[in-house]
Amino acid sequence: MTVTEDGQGVGGPDGTPGTDGSAAGSAAGAGDGGATAAGEAPMGVRGRLLVLVACVAVLACVAGAAVWHASARADRRNQVQAGGPVVHAGPVSLAPAAAPAAGAAAPAAGTLVFRSMAWGPHRDELTGVPAGAPNGPRTASGVKCLRFYAAGGTGICLQAVRGAVDDSYRAVVLDARLRTVRTVALAGIPTRARVSPSGRMVAWTVFVGGDSYAVGAFSTRTSILDTRTGVLQSTLEDYDVTRDGHRVRAADVNFWGVTFADDTHFYATLATGGHTYLIHGDTTTRTAVTLRTNVECPSLSPDGTRIAFKKRVPGLSSDAPWRLYVLDLATLRDHPTAETRDVDDQAVWSDGHTLAYALPGDYGSDLYTVPADGSGAPRLLTASALSPAWIR
Amino acid sequence: MYVSESRGSTPAATASPTARPTARGLFPGRSAVSATVLALGTVSLITDVSSEMVTAVLPLYLVTGLGLSPLGFGLLDGVYNGFSALVRLVGGHLADRGGRHKAVAVVGYGLSALCKPLLLAAHTLPLIGAVLAADRTGKGLRTAPRDAMISLSAAPEVRGRAFGVHRAMDTTGALLGPLAAFLILRQAADGYDAVFTVSFCVAAFGVVVLLLFVPSRAPGLGLPAGRSAPAAGGAGEPQAERPTLRAALALLNRRELRGLTLCAVALGLATVSDSFVYLLLQRRLGVPDRWFALLPLGTAAAFLLLAVPLGRWADRVGRWRVFVGGHLALLLAYGLLLGGSRAGALPYAVLGLHGAFYAATDGVLMAAAAGSVPAGLRSSGLALVQTGQAAARFVCSIAFGAAWTAWGDRSALGGAAVALTVSMAMALALRPRGQETR
Repeated sequence: MTVTEDGQGVGGPDGTPGTDGSAAGSAAGAGDGGATAAGEAPMGVRGRLLVLVACVAVLACVAGAAVWHASARADRRNQVQAGGPVVHAGPVSLAPAAAPAAGAAAPAAGTLVFRSMAWGPHRDELTGVPAGAPNGPRTASGVKCLRFYAAGGTGICLQAVRGAVDDSYRAVVLDARLRTVRTVALAGIPTRARVSPSGRMVAWTVFVGGDSYAVGAFSTRTSILDTRTGVLQSTLEDYDVTRDGHRVRAADVNFWGVTFADDTHFYATLATGGHTYLIHGDTTTRTAVTLRTNVECPSLSPDGTRIAFKKRVPGLSSDAPWRLYVLDLATLRDHPTAETRDVDDQAVWSDGHTLAYALPGDYGSDLYTVPADGSGAPRLLTASALSPAWIR
Repeated sequence: MYVSESRGSTPAATASPTARPTARGLFPGRSAVSATVLALGTVSLITDVSSEMVTAVLPLYLVTGLGLSPLGFGLLDGVYNGFSALVRLVGGHLADRGGRHKAVAVVGYGLSALCKPLLLAAHTLPLIGAVLAADRTGKGLRTAPRDAMISLSAAPEVRGRAFGVHRAMDTTGALLGPLAAFLILRQAADGYDAVFTVSFCVAAFGVVVLLLFVPSRAPGLGLPAGRSAPAAGGAGEPQAERPTLRAALALLNRRELRGLTLCAVALGLATVSDSFVYLLLQRRLGVPDRWFALLPLGTAAAFLLLAVPLGRWADRVGRWRVFVGGHLALLLAYGLLLGGSRAGALPYAVLGLHGAFYAATDGVLMAAAAGSVPAGLRSSGLALVQTGQAAARFVCSIAFGAAWTAWGDRSALGGAAVALTVSMAMALALRPRGQETR
């Protein structure tokens, strides 16, 4: 009758395995002995407390060292790096060349404005360089952004706000002289930002983290703001989306990566049921239709005929699944660009035939360009930069 | 009192006088919560600080630290959910064999602790998903043995309170974790590696506390089963439970446990997952975006405040009554969400009811189930109930998502409310025998 395989008595050999070596090698043995039959411990309370204090001391040292190391590294990022770009404070204008803002005239060739990631006191600030000299000295505006875009004299800056017990995020609409026009609190971590060509409509996407470690799922939220009327469409999930003549009404819909055709029409990505779709939306009727599958982070060409996007290419490893493609809207056919690396960005058209995009770099990310027609080769535009916008 | 209960605890009380330290709490005479329960609660508190530190920074780490876009895709899929159910059952069974609750718990906590430094090395989504899966496997392994140890080291009449104290401590850790992570990131901008390292140190500390302060023989088990069983035979039925796999499966032949599991499954099938509740709060009650990340804290705060009072109440008026009553709180929350009124206080009411639902059901179900499982199979039995409930909730999320797709959020929620009402009626009608006392 019920003879179990362990004849375990006081001091029996099984019980706790001392396998958790890295956690507390010394404590494992001690705990083994200290917790036999019903708490009758060979090792007294004093002994166990001593072991506990010793373990806490070791673990606290490791934890303290880790924080100290990370803190020192964070401090180094505020020091100018050797060989990095020259950055100095100054005015940056988002005004198109035709109507330059007073006091900060944009050169005729235009200006390239981006988030500078170069180490030093101006790290993460919006900086401007002449479009013809992207590696020249950077003019830092003093405005810090995580993501940025600008068009038609309007800028959108998604930035972090430090709180007492939490960091939060907000979208800041900027005028041509980088003054705050409006701020909107955000529900999550910023990823995409766009402005319509006229500067009137602004859109952004944030990640909303999964609420549970167990689920591990993330969702996105995309909002569109009309800067003229002040009307905020806080989520595209309120839109009526039609796919093959049927209304899409799933709980798992996610939208991201708006790109504007004009102040009414836009393209974006919709994900539902494990697929992504290119949608064409209308901000006045709040409707959208799906055009085709497997299009993420679309970016409309200046002439409105092509869309650059990241495509999930079959057969690639799941940790680098995207390649930069261009879609012809008239035929809905796509072709790859010469960039063969994994691109996880919403590309920007620097002109009618060139794409700019970010790739991971030594100081966060670097900007590259590649011809949109599939010819040529990728070229480094400038290092330590993110979220470019051409002002011209 | 029910038969299985006396069978479980009699050997401890009669055969082995040393095996009844449950009344020796930190405050003898004032509290019947045993030192073991407090130690397990401390381990859970510490471990939750560790794991919630990681949870809190993970999205930020993926997006800004690694520059990844986990757009709309989950890191852990349905296959993993099935696997974790299996792990839970295996963990429960292994713990019963030879009464190795503590050993299995140490492996589970240890595995989760070791996953923290691995996060430093994993830089791609599939790898990070694998590390998270291993972490969850550790959690699956340890949950049933831990709950078995709580039930075995608390006197039957105060079991609800013991679980309440444990769950309150657990939730405290969950609330402190994000704060700790925030303080580290404030000290060291982008210091995700520091967060993971500190998280590992905290988790290792939890394992140390477990090793040092939790006895490896659960007191309720008394002497090793082989020797104490004859004494148990005199008190209950002659065949004491030998913790084999077959005996674990045969648990379902027990009417009381089967009824309880069935009810837990039926109620689980009508329990909409947390993420849907928060999504509905936002869509139907118009909770502003900036509060979205804080909604889980509201549920946790209510859970924390109510876990002990509701556990004690369950000890007095009956655990089954409180367990089913907790679902009434959930039903009321559904009702408020369905009403869709945008009055300012409603979101607080929904979160309060949601937290009350957890406080009245999470630990209370374990306390109720413990009474239906003999001590020798306690861990397997609790694992069975937990797995049934978790699987039912998983099915519910899939069904709820599908209903949302087909008919919209309001109809889906209405359906869930009807299902919950039916399940509650069934749970009241099928009330497991013996559960009405106490």
